[in-house]
Amino acid sequence: MLDVRGLRKVYEGSGRRTEAVRDLTFTVEAGELVCLVGPSGCGKTTLLKCMSGLLAPTSGEVTLGGRKVDGPPPGMAFVFQEYGRSLFPWMRVGANVELPLKQKKGLGAARRKELVADALESVGLADAAGAYPWQLSGGMQQRVAIARALAYEPDVLLMDEPFAAVDAQTRADLEDLVRRLWQERSMTVLFVTHDIDEAVYLGERVIVLSKSPTVVQEQLKVDLPRERDQLTTRVTPRFAELRTHVYEQIQAAKRGAVAAPGAGEEAEVAKAVGTAGGVPVDVRKDMPPLR
Amino acid sequence: MRGENAALGAAGLAGFLVLGEVIPRLGLVKQEYFPPVSRIAEALGVEVGDPAFWTALGDTLTGWALGLTIAVVAGIVVGVLLSVVPYLREATASTIEFLRPIPSVALIPLAVLLYGTELRSVLLLVVYAAFWQVLLQVLYGVRDVDPVAEETARSYGLGTWARVRHVMWPSALPYVMTGVRLAAAVALILAITAELVIGAPGLGARIAVAQTSQAVPEMYALVVVTGLLGLLINIGARTVERHALAWHQSVRGEVTV
Repeated sequence: MLDVRGLRKVYEGSGRRTEAVRDLTFTVEAGELVCLVGPSGCGKTTLLKCMSGLLAPTSGEVTLGGRKVDGPPPGMAFVFQEYGRSLFPWMRVGANVELPLKQKKGLGAARRKELVADALESVGLADAAGAYPWQLSGGMQQRVAIARALAYEPDVLLMDEPFAAVDAQTRADLEDLVRRLWQERSMTVLFVTHDIDEAVYLGERVIVLSKSPTVVQEQLKVDLPRERDQLTTRVTPRFAELRTHVYEQIQAAKRGAVAAPGAGEEAEVAKAVGTAGGVPVDVRKDMPPLR
Repeated sequence: MRGENAALGAAGLAGFLVLGEVIPRLGLVKQEYFPPVSRIAEALGVEVGDPAFWTALGDTLTGWALGLTIAVVAGIVVGVLLSVVPYLREATASTIEFLRPIPSVALIPLAVLLYGTELRSVLLLVVYAAFWQVLLQVLYGVRDVDPVAEETARSYGLGTWARVRHVMWPSALPYVMTGVRLAAAVALILAITAELVIGAPGLGARIAVAQTSQAVPEMYALVVVTGLLGLLINIGARTVERHALAWHQSVRGEVTV
C-alpha cells in the first residue's frame, strides 16, 4: 500500500551538510495502523514530509498504491502537531474543514456540507462549526484538524506527533478517538510519536527508528487485543513487556548501538525483552516511570 | 478608566483652545498673523455656508479617493505578483529601493509638465506616494505566511491560486490594512500639497487664495478643515481594519477557553 524504499534525505545549506535520514525501507499495509517511534531529533518529521510529498527525498522513493509520490497525493491527509498554526484563524471551524473539499473535483455543495457535518460529528464537535478555532481549547482544535482530515476521505492518514502539545487527559481521549476512527473508517494510519506508551497502545505495529541519520532500528508487531482500553490495556503484562522492549530499543538507538538481531524484520519480542542491542540490561532500573 | 481618559482628552483640547484664544488677545502674538480661536471659528462658519467651499472639499476628496484606490489596487496586485512569481522579487528589489525614497513632491514639475493643473496632476502625486506604502506592506505581509499553514494547504492539494486566496491573502491582510491606513494619510497630504503648489482645484488651492488675499482667519479655518479630514480618515481606516481583522490576535483580544 504505502512503500518506503531506500529513502535518504540530506539537507544542504550554508556550507553545512546534514544527513537527516540515511536509509529507510518499510511498508505499511492497507488498513494498518502503524506507529513510528524514535528518539527526539531522529528525522521523524523529515520522513513524514517526504512520505506526504511535501519534501523531495535526496534518493530512494515513496510509493502509494504503486504510484510514486512526487507531490501531495490526493488520497492522503496530514495532521500536524501544531494544530494552532495548521488551522486557519480567519475561517470558522466549518469553513476550515470544508476548504480541502473545495479542491476535490465533482463534490457538490450539498455533499460537502454532508461530509463536514459527518466529520465534525465523528470527533464530537457537531455544534462547533460556527466557532473560530481560537475560541476552542487545544484538544478541541486538534479534533477539528482531525475532522478536516476525515472529511477529505483519505486512504492514508499521516499524523505527525499530533498529541504532543495537549495535556495528558485530553491525550488519552484523543488516542481512543484515533483507534475508534481507524476501526470505523478502514483507513491506513501512520502515526508518528516520541511517546513509547502511546505507540504501543495505539499501534498494530510499531516501527522503531534509530537516531539521526535514521535507519529502521526494529519493527515490532503489537499483539494486544483489537479492542483497547486506557485502564485495562495499559496494565496488562503484555503491554508492559512491549513497552519495555520498545523503551530498550530506543535507548539502544540513542546510544547508537546496532539493532538487535532480526532488526528490519519482526523481532521475536519475548526473546528480546531484557536485552538491548544484544547487551543484557537491568530492566527494572531502566524502566521508565508509569504514567 | 475609559471615561476618565476621554475627560482628560477633552480637558486638554479645551485648554489648547483657551490658550489659542487668550494669547493673541493679550497681544503676545500679532493678531493679524495668529487670530484668536473665536475669529477662526467665525470664519469657519462663513466657509461652511459658502457653496464654493463644498465644491473645493469635493475636489480634494475626489483626488484623494481616486488616487488612494488606484494606489491600493496597484500595490496589492503588484505585491502579490512579485511574491508569487519566483525571481521577480529579486529582479525588482533594487529598483524598488531606488524609486521608493523619491519624495512625491519632487515630481511636481513633472506633473505640471504632463497635466498642468488638472486632476490628473494630483492623481500622479497621490498615487506615487501611496503606492509604495501599500506595496511594501504587501511584500512584508506575504513573507509572514506561517509555514505550517502553507504546508497544510499544500498537503490538501490547494493550487497556487487557492493558496494565494485562502492562505497568503488572509495572512498578509493585517499588513495590507496597515499599508492602506498609512497610504490614506499620505494621500491626503499629497492631495492638499498638489492643490496648494500647482493650483489644482480643491481645499489646498482655496488655502493659497485665502493666504494671497490676506484672509488670515479663513486660511486657518481651512487648515482646521484639512486637520479634521485627516482625523476622520484615520478613524475610518481603523474601523475598517477592526472589522476586516476580527479574527486576528491584535483585534480579538483575550479569549476565554
